[in-house]
Amino acid sequence: MKKLITLIVLFTSTVVSAGTLVVNSNQSGESSKAAFDAYVDAFRAAHPEVTVVVNEFEHEAYKTAIRNFLTAEAPDVAIWFAGNRMKFFVDQNLFQDVSDVWADAGLNDSMASTKGSLTVDGKQYGVPWGYYQWGVYYRKDLFDNLGLNVPKDWEEFKWVCAMLKKNGITPITIGTKFLWTAGGWFDYLNLRINGYQFHMDLTAGKVSYEDPRLDATFAAWRELIDPGYFLEDHASFSWQDAQAPQINGEAAMYLIGNFYVPTLESAGVVDKMDFFQFPTIVEGIGVAEDAPTDTMHIPSGAKNVEDAKKFLAFMSNKEAATNWATMGGMLSPNKYADKPTNRFSVMGAEMLAAADDIAQFWDRDANPDMAGAAMEGFQEFMVKPDREAKIRARLEKERERIHGPI
Amino acid sequence: MTFWERNQLKLAPFLFLAPAILIFLIYVIYPIFDSIWVSFHEWNGMDKEGTRGNGNPNWRWVGLNNYITLFTDDEEFYVSLFNNVRWLIFSLLAIPIGLMLALFVNQKILGMRYIKSLFYFPFVINAVVIGVIFTWFYNPKYGALAYVLGFFGLDPVPFLADENLATYGIIIASFFPGIAYTMILYITGLTGVSREMIEAGRIDGASGFTMLWNVVLPQLKPATLIAIVVTIVGALRSFDLIAVMTAGGPWGSSEVLAYKMYQESLFNYRMGYGAAIATILFLIMDIYIAWFLYRLFKNERSEK
Repeated sequence: MKKLITLIVLFTSTVVSAGTLVVNSNQSGESSKAAFDAYVDAFRAAHPEVTVVVNEFEHEAYKTAIRNFLTAEAPDVAIWFAGNRMKFFVDQNLFQDVSDVWADAGLNDSMASTKGSLTVDGKQYGVPWGYYQWGVYYRKDLFDNLGLNVPKDWEEFKWVCAMLKKNGITPITIGTKFLWTAGGWFDYLNLRINGYQFHMDLTAGKVSYEDPRLDATFAAWRELIDPGYFLEDHASFSWQDAQAPQINGEAAMYLIGNFYVPTLESAGVVDKMDFFQFPTIVEGIGVAEDAPTDTMHIPSGAKNVEDAKKFLAFMSNKEAATNWATMGGMLSPNKYADKPTNRFSVMGAEMLAAADDIAQFWDRDANPDMAGAAMEGFQEFMVKPDREAKIRARLEKERERIHGPI
Repeated sequence: MTFWERNQLKLAPFLFLAPAILIFLIYVIYPIFDSIWVSFHEWNGMDKEGTRGNGNPNWRWVGLNNYITLFTDDEEFYVSLFNNVRWLIFSLLAIPIGLMLALFVNQKILGMRYIKSLFYFPFVINAVVIGVIFTWFYNPKYGALAYVLGFFGLDPVPFLADENLATYGIIIASFFPGIAYTMILYITGLTGVSREMIEAGRIDGASGFTMLWNVVLPQLKPATLIAIVVTIVGALRSFDLIAVMTAGGPWGSSEVLAYKMYQESLFNYRMGYGAAIATILFLIMDIYIAWFLYRLFKNERSEK
């Protein structure tokens, strides 16, 4: 595989001449590929002097391939993710500073909301093209049957869970087999209890996992675990498996990203569904949301930097920016882009516009091995909450190995 | 006579072997030594000259540190090692079950051929498909197992979500193709069992289990040896079913060494640590292969 990729990259690089722009893309899904192609076509129309060559990779394989091609034969533009995932390559000097693109194309204004997640030491290392919200997707029909309202704070949320449980409905569905769904719960509980800055310090490895401030986060989680509000045996389900109880009307709520909506549409239950923002837990804590951002970068080894910058700057073209994001089921980070029409995207856009801070998501904000170990710990906690002390001690040991003593 | 003409017969085999040996050296021997070399370093898989975000170099000599961490400071390593042992021991159960099935289908009954092919069927299916089928089978909410247990008034057993049961759940899934394979081995072996010996045994009054144990089994020894070898190699390599069925979970409790290696090096960016795990797995396999070769040579010598 590695050899094959190198070969492909070598081949493309031999035919490269001035004015050729090589773009490596992970947009392999049907709708995301169409959306990306539309952006490339629009760019070609606007810049006929540039020949764009797209190397398409399968989405999962891309995650390991990128480490090889960035060091071996770098493309001119590579698609990737904001936050720590980007910082890893910035630290390796594999992505270029593109602050000038931000300044020249007016992105500092139009993309101000996502600027932080693309910034390392005051410089921008990439341009975002799409993001999506996280929140609670719930069965409105089940809520209506029981006369339940959307919970605004933690007490209401627990009360809603208790009422659902009493009526034989699983309050919250979740599948933790692949761990990251548990990371979403930890993100929201910690963001709502300890706030954005503390959460970011934790993901950056600057706070101990045995810090007393985290006690409240785990305690709140336990308030849902002990009464059995989460789907039983969730460790055996993937996030897709966990959709079934909600689609069948046996479970009411699901904390998940907006990529859930196409499934709801194809399952024919989208009319029974609605969305609400994760409730407030501690009053006075700024509202932060998870909104993973997908991005474009210029590798340090890029040969055609000039045209690569044009390709990134083209995100300031609001029509092309809108199309790429919305065709792929995302929100455009460009604030001048057309407003989304899908009702879940509309709610997401409003919620994120009002948010004080935006987090990327547990496994995008934290170091890869720390994220993995932590999510395993979260999963274990959700099944065996009595092991909290042991789990946190283990995570702290892991944190110290990776980030060093505090 | 030229040099070539004089030595043609001696040299020709080496020339024919050369391409295979070359490829073997490049793709098997060199990576083994390279992995061992990497296992003495801390490496994130990136440019060896570069530095990390925290200022440390990407590639750094750490001596035996990776091994020391593995043995003294990594609970998950022992979990994986213990799971490998469980795999080794329990997957051997496939052999007697395969033998029983082989004896069962080795009868002259109308239509037995079709039944035989049905039993062989699981071996033809891809491991990933088997993993998916068994994941559904175990699904505590909608799976077949939950229905069967429910029929008897029992609660569903969440095999793959329980830290103590997950590994057994996967091993049972591995029986599905494993039993089929050993069954085929024994069916072939049974065709070679001498009729005269069985007749002789019958005259001496042997029947049932005594016949099987004293007369039939000794003649099936070659088949048993191959069955053990293949099953053990399969158990040590077990990876695909784990990746599909539990992804090592819940919380790493069903990981084996091969899976942990994959996880550490490809997802956690710890190439050196992953290489150390690979080296240990390699050593375990070495001990086993040495034992196996020893047995093989001893057998061949005694046959001569």
